[in-house]
Amino acid sequence: MNDVPMHYCPGCSHGVVHKLVAEVIEEMGMSDKAIGVSPVGCAVFAYRYIDIDWQEAAHGRAPAVATGIKRLWPDRLVFTYQGDGDLACIGTAETVHALNRGENITIIFINNAIYGMTGGQMAPTTLLGQKTSTCPYGREASLHGYPLKITEMAAMMEGTCYVTRQSVDTVASIRKAKKAIRKAFQASMEGKGSCLVEIVATCNSGWKLTPVQANKWMEENMFPFYQKGDLKDTI
Amino acid sequence: MKKEIIISGFGGQGVLSMGKILAYSGLMEDKEVTWMPAYGPEQRGGTANVTVIVSDDKISSPILSTYDVAIVLNQPSLEKFEPKLKPGGILIYDGYGIINPPTRKDITVYRIDAMDKAAEMKNAKIFNMIVLGGFLKVCPIISNDGIEKALKKTLPERHHGLIPLNMQALEEGGKIIKQM
Amino acid sequence: MKAMADREVTLMKGNEAIARAAIRCGVDGYFGYPITPQSEVIETLALEKPWETTGMVVLQAESEVASINMLYGAAGAGKRAMTSSSSPGVALMQEGIAYMAGAELPGVIVNVQRGGPGLGTIQPSQSDYFQATRGGGNGDYYVIVLAPNSVQEMADFVDLAFELAFKYRIPAMILSDGVIGQMMEKVVLPPFKPRRTEEEIMKECPWATFGCIGGRKPNIITSLELQPEAMEAHNIHLQKKYDEIRRTEVRYETQQCDDADYIIVAFGSAARIAQKAIEIAREEGIKVGLFRPITLWPFPSEQVDAVARGKKGVLVAEINAGQMVEDVRLAINGKEPVEHFGRLGGIVPDPDEIVNALKTKLM
Repeated sequence: MNDVPMHYCPGCSHGVVHKLVAEVIEEMGMSDKAIGVSPVGCAVFAYRYIDIDWQEAAHGRAPAVATGIKRLWPDRLVFTYQGDGDLACIGTAETVHALNRGENITIIFINNAIYGMTGGQMAPTTLLGQKTSTCPYGREASLHGYPLKITEMAAMMEGTCYVTRQSVDTVASIRKAKKAIRKAFQASMEGKGSCLVEIVATCNSGWKLTPVQANKWMEENMFPFYQKGDLKDTI
Repeated sequence: MKKEIIISGFGGQGVLSMGKILAYSGLMEDKEVTWMPAYGPEQRGGTANVTVIVSDDKISSPILSTYDVAIVLNQPSLEKFEPKLKPGGILIYDGYGIINPPTRKDITVYRIDAMDKAAEMKNAKIFNMIVLGGFLKVCPIISNDGIEKALKKTLPERHHGLIPLNMQALEEGGKIIKQM
Repeated sequence: MKAMADREVTLMKGNEAIARAAIRCGVDGYFGYPITPQSEVIETLALEKPWETTGMVVLQAESEVASINMLYGAAGAGKRAMTSSSSPGVALMQEGIAYMAGAELPGVIVNVQRGGPGLGTIQPSQSDYFQATRGGGNGDYYVIVLAPNSVQEMADFVDLAFELAFKYRIPAMILSDGVIGQMMEKVVLPPFKPRRTEEEIMKECPWATFGCIGGRKPNIITSLELQPEAMEAHNIHLQKKYDEIRRTEVRYETQQCDDADYIIVAFGSAARIAQKAIEIAREEGIKVGLFRPITLWPFPSEQVDAVARGKKGVLVAEINAGQMVEDVRLAINGKEPVEHFGRLGGIVPDPDEIVNALKTKLM
């Protein structure tokens, strides 16, 4: 990690996940071989915090960018770090096809059910009834469609080898999330196929809650719909 | 020497591949060549045409306004390209399905009943080689040897067994073409 | 094909020449999506299996959007990567091209143009001139645009485009069309040039993201900068680079201009048709010459102005509604009459039409 102040809001999950990614890279001894691809969204500046080589992708295109890097540098650790809007909305095609081709990359997917960077608009993963600035009366299926379980989709694809959903709200869950990231990175290096690690995360600013309230809201609303655990493991 | 040739007919008649063999043969004899298809979405049945230019000198445009030779294999092609022949040019047509034969007096018209001949030889696929044979008889810009060399070069080896049949078709074409 | 003598004269389509030249000039990766009239590029690559010989990666992407972003990733990692498409597909790529321009990434994009707008037609056109030469995406940028007029130049410009792209860290485009892509002509493929080794890439592209080998400081590929002062400084840096390219990389060709009363300005396939028009016109006693821009950006403005000086008129023949004519008029700036002739929507003009346009518009 670089010694710079983060732009994330206090209480945001990004900082914790950044730290886990950085720790895993260092523990694997891959600092000189890791190439990250950052998204458009809150994590757009991920490259400022983890001191490895990074490419900043256009909105949603990170899996295509990662494909280009990994195919031409097959012995490098290549991963993307993307939010729900980037990965499951504007970049659905790139996500689905990179995973289905079995690109030997890992996708770290931060799902906080909202567009954080642009100020709290509806995301593809916004829950039914959840209020955002573009569904101020709550998400309604008839009006906005349903929340997308893209991780479940990923688990169905032939190209994926490890698909898991984690969180970083407690010490125990942080330990499990770190293990998942390590397992995914290792599988990427061993050429076993695509890995997707979803982190169900909070956005207390976007949700307009305190960090403590946000954790509670996540537990009560997100976890029942986005159930944690491994969805696929063929490693 | 420079010959500006249009070959036109239905897709599936082997128009493009006839042009290709001609172009390859030109290449083998160290001539300048261009092969420009009017490409379309049709694989079969629609119209297909290709402009082939064989020349001793460098070729400028692969797209032409007028032609030295038009090889037309259906009525629409005849109607389209008869007016675009240069005075003194050569028009070769297959009689099959032609209701209104060519009328220009300032060109030389040949008829080749290649469709009938191919049926007689019981192989529709050699139709275009019969036509090519007729063309080379009246416009000998490439030797039959040159054509054989081009076939050897362009056909995958597993198809080299078909070369004698193709050469026979070429010979037959030379025999049956007649000036009108 | 490996058994083929190195400098053999052979016959092939322009699209095939692009593919075979790419394998021979050390390209590391090709990412593409099928679209008529350029699908032979990826088809030829798939047939040739260069991953088994040179190690070149060939990947059919899920869309042109993905292709260009794969190119971004590969280029950002210092590799020689390219894509090809036709007009609607290249329209889809504009976002990625703008990001490459912003992040200063070298890569090659081939556009085998077809008529538009929209889905348009599959027949040839040159109506993407504006898009190619003005930077088709967002922001102040240019890409180098090379316009081949023969199958030979399709083959030769692949390596040239990569050399320029890496020299200036800029995307380079080969702007072709359905005529050049689909026609077969004689071609001598470029000599074999091995792909660069990892060490060579690290030396040539110290800015690229291939990992912080030897503990070097991280490289970041991005076009983002939220501080307007810093973003302006980056833009000024880009503009300086563009000025240098304008000074040093203009390419063009003239034919029979010295004794000419009239000049036809044409690029790509239209220049070939114009050559024939000039043959016809000269047979009729009309002295016409040809000015052919080879780089459309940078445009040979001073050169076309110099050639046109004192002539009776200039006809810009394009397969579009009048795009390059704007650059010619800007260059000549009213000193000589400049007229435009073009056909649209996939109709390719024949030589007689250009001769007639010359007579009716300028004589």
